[in-house]
Amino acid sequence: MKLTVWTYEGPPHVGAMRVATGMRGLHYVLHAPQGDTYADLLFTMIERRDHRPPVTYTTFQARDLGSDTADLFRVACQEAYDRFEPQAMIVGASCTAELIQDDPGGLATSMGLPVPVVPLELPSYQKKESWGAAETFYRLVRALAGPCAKAEGPSCNVLGPTALGFRHRDDVAEITRLLGDLGIRVNVTAPMGASPKDLNRLGAADFNVVLYPETADAAARHLEKVLGQRRTRTIPIGTAATREFIREVAELAGVDPAPALSDPRLRQPWYSASVDSTYLTGKRVFVFGDATHAVAAARVAREEMGFEVVGLGAYNREFAREVRAAARDHGLEALITDDYLEVEDAITALQPELILGTQMERHIGKRLGIPCAVISAPVHVQDFPARYSPQMGIEGANVLFDTWVHPLVMGLEEHLLGMFREDFEFNDSAGPSHLSGHASPAAAAGEPEAEAPADAGPGTPIWAPDAEKELRKIPFFVRGKARRNTESFAARQGVATITVETLYDAKAHFAR
Amino acid sequence: MSGADTVPATGCAEAPVLKERGQHEVFCGLTSIIWLHRKIQDAFFLVVGSRTCAHLLQSAAGVMIFAEPRFATAIMEEKDLAGIVDAHDELDREVDRLLARRPDIRTLFLVGSCPSEVIKLDLSRAAERLSQVHEPRTRVLNYSGSGIETTFTEGEDGCLSALVPRMPASDEARLLVAGSLPDVVEDQFARLFEALGIPADFLPARRTGEMPGVGRNTRLLLAQPFLNETARLLGERGATHLPALFPFGEVGTTEWLWAAASAFGVSRAHFDAVTTPGRERARRALAHRRERLAGRRITFLPDSQLEIPLARFLAGECAMTPVEVGTPFLHRAHMSAELAALPAGTRLSEGQHVERQLDRVHADRPDLTVCGLGLANPLEAEGLTTKWAIELVFSPIHGYEQAGDLAELFARPLERRARLTGFAGPASGGVEPPSAATAPRHAASGAGGGA
Repeated sequence: MKLTVWTYEGPPHVGAMRVATGMRGLHYVLHAPQGDTYADLLFTMIERRDHRPPVTYTTFQARDLGSDTADLFRVACQEAYDRFEPQAMIVGASCTAELIQDDPGGLATSMGLPVPVVPLELPSYQKKESWGAAETFYRLVRALAGPCAKAEGPSCNVLGPTALGFRHRDDVAEITRLLGDLGIRVNVTAPMGASPKDLNRLGAADFNVVLYPETADAAARHLEKVLGQRRTRTIPIGTAATREFIREVAELAGVDPAPALSDPRLRQPWYSASVDSTYLTGKRVFVFGDATHAVAAARVAREEMGFEVVGLGAYNREFAREVRAAARDHGLEALITDDYLEVEDAITALQPELILGTQMERHIGKRLGIPCAVISAPVHVQDFPARYSPQMGIEGANVLFDTWVHPLVMGLEEHLLGMFREDFEFNDSAGPSHLSGHASPAAAAGEPEAEAPADAGPGTPIWAPDAEKELRKIPFFVRGKARRNTESFAARQGVATITVETLYDAKAHFAR
Repeated sequence: MSGADTVPATGCAEAPVLKERGQHEVFCGLTSIIWLHRKIQDAFFLVVGSRTCAHLLQSAAGVMIFAEPRFATAIMEEKDLAGIVDAHDELDREVDRLLARRPDIRTLFLVGSCPSEVIKLDLSRAAERLSQVHEPRTRVLNYSGSGIETTFTEGEDGCLSALVPRMPASDEARLLVAGSLPDVVEDQFARLFEALGIPADFLPARRTGEMPGVGRNTRLLLAQPFLNETARLLGERGATHLPALFPFGEVGTTEWLWAAASAFGVSRAHFDAVTTPGRERARRALAHRRERLAGRRITFLPDSQLEIPLARFLAGECAMTPVEVGTPFLHRAHMSAELAALPAGTRLSEGQHVERQLDRVHADRPDLTVCGLGLANPLEAEGLTTKWAIELVFSPIHGYEQAGDLAELFARPLERRARLTGFAGPASGGVEPPSAATAPRHAASGAGGGA
């Protein structure tokens, strides 16, 4: 057993729902008890979907357990077919139904329904949401995609976007446009927007663009094996990665990359290079999310924003290897965990100036008084903005610049805070002036919790009152780091009491 | 039980009930932890369940409550399913760790879930064993919030039922008000009972050490309509149930208070003197909303068991017309006064087959449909105005001072519909790129694909 308060991922059948809900003409019959229908609201509320997810739940109750839950499943399956007339169905069990072992797959395939029925085995007590989405998409592709005549001209499939994905809607639009600029036609986008009949003709494309390996890697590997379709490896998040992606797809399609390489909409490189952005230099950022978004964000943070990545991690173990490799490249050890308390501990210890994370890290940042920009699922209603806001491609690079800079204290404001630290109304506990009029809760409480010495064990130097007062004059967003550095410097020097002198000695010692 | 003051059996008292089985679009009993963990301030709710349970709890409220919540899920893993003995060991270990970290916890509820019930993990045995270890500091109780046994608010019934055997015995003639109420509402009722001269207690109390006594002189007033098992157990301990309307709106609140007042021998004159200011305020507040609601047709989909009392309030005090009133479970004895006060001709349904029920909603086209969060936006997109049922459970709606707010909860969606001019169905591509706009299944079948 594992004690959990908040989870990054739902159970695997929610992953299957993300695939089914993204598609058209597919219906999911889920053997599940009353209450599992809560998952519908993820789609209708968070994503504001205007249709119910195409899912029928059998809703078995305690009194059914002694009699025939299998029959309940058969009835639900038949009724779902009659009512929705889907082109194909997927069937499976939620965590509770897995325990009663009714074999929904076997039951449904023996019913003689006139459409393909794809059974899903999603082990709820081992696997999680992303895996469930990937497995579902792979099973569908395996059952429905076969050899077919190649289409005219260069074409590809775009694989990976699902319902409830982080900015999938806009990423697909942006990448479809980019491919169009290169003269590459999109044959099928799947799962999002595709029908089972669309999956039948996946083979008509020359190659596959894998936007989200978390959901599409297994399917893409299958298509490579049985249909010989090559696939992309680059995730087009950030300017440099987008350019690499353009070259990669141009080569796969045998076209000239030039038309897409000079998109006049691209502003991010100039915005980063312009003098106003100097203050971004070396900002210490902590990056956490799903593996794909975290690795991409770390690269953008270092190479395109000029930040220093001080922590990098992901919650999905399936792609831990990729995250570990990327972390090594940043000189770090990756944090692979789905326990948000571990993530909170890491952030508390590192005292970054900016967090690039999920909604969980946004909450952690709120508690610790550290700004956060959201880069990855799990999603919140705020992650489905009304405006066009992709993460990928050219416009995605612009969006990253804006959304990552927005939570920070701005350049000149930072200097003024440094110069007039004791101004009664313009001080650091007032927070960035463009965000809110409220003091951060930590600052309002007097001594922010986050400032507590990281290691209060024996041998930790004591702060003299004067030094403590001087420390307070340092802006809050670097104060934690100054405290830690001074303490470790003092400990190494064998200084028992930290004075104002020690503070400035440490500052000189750590000067870059 | 029926005294001389009871309304004569009319309305829907004898009306047939459409009983349905099929897909239930409702929450399970675990969801009631969302308010219970705030109500009992030194209690912790530990769900013994699956990742689905944990995901439900963080999704149900629609937002994350990031103040360290007093609930968590012990997620069972493969190895816990293999051997039950191991599961008990694992549970003991997690409870020890939890109580070491939260020494302020005085009551720990082990809450059963669908998977723990199906593998027959005996949480009552676990609670006994853990109580022996952790009492007197912390007592460990258990109940089931599983979806195979409980619907949404029945989780509270389970929780309060677990508390009843631990209530001290008392022969004092006191009123016991059962059902968790927002603190502000509880305080209002406490002031009214005090003014009436009725010694009153509330279940649950806000703290473990303050749970009220019960015995043969206890008079029980239900503040919530979903407490069947709690009421039965309190009856076994000697309490006498006072049948009444539930305290929604001016009429319901007055009838409810009068049931207590007459049982405690309060004179009508004194009762009127105490309640008149509240009644007048409620009437004034309702007058503002009645215009928006009068004559409008409303359907309730089953959710919290509050449906029948709320429909009675909206019909009686806001002049709305109930079309269909669905409830997950109909308890005739507790609902007799409510049913009698519901307009004749109202369609009553119990249980759910959500597809058939939505067929009826489409045929009826009510002005307002009260439903769960999974159905609200899809119905809005079809041009049907909806009210989220869950807000009725999370908002202060009982009593005189909230009567206007309660009506406002129903008036607001109608008011909003009337104000917005720019909405003519959801934008194409609102959710997906334009080419991939979702279509109704019937329209979609055969339309997708090509080749």
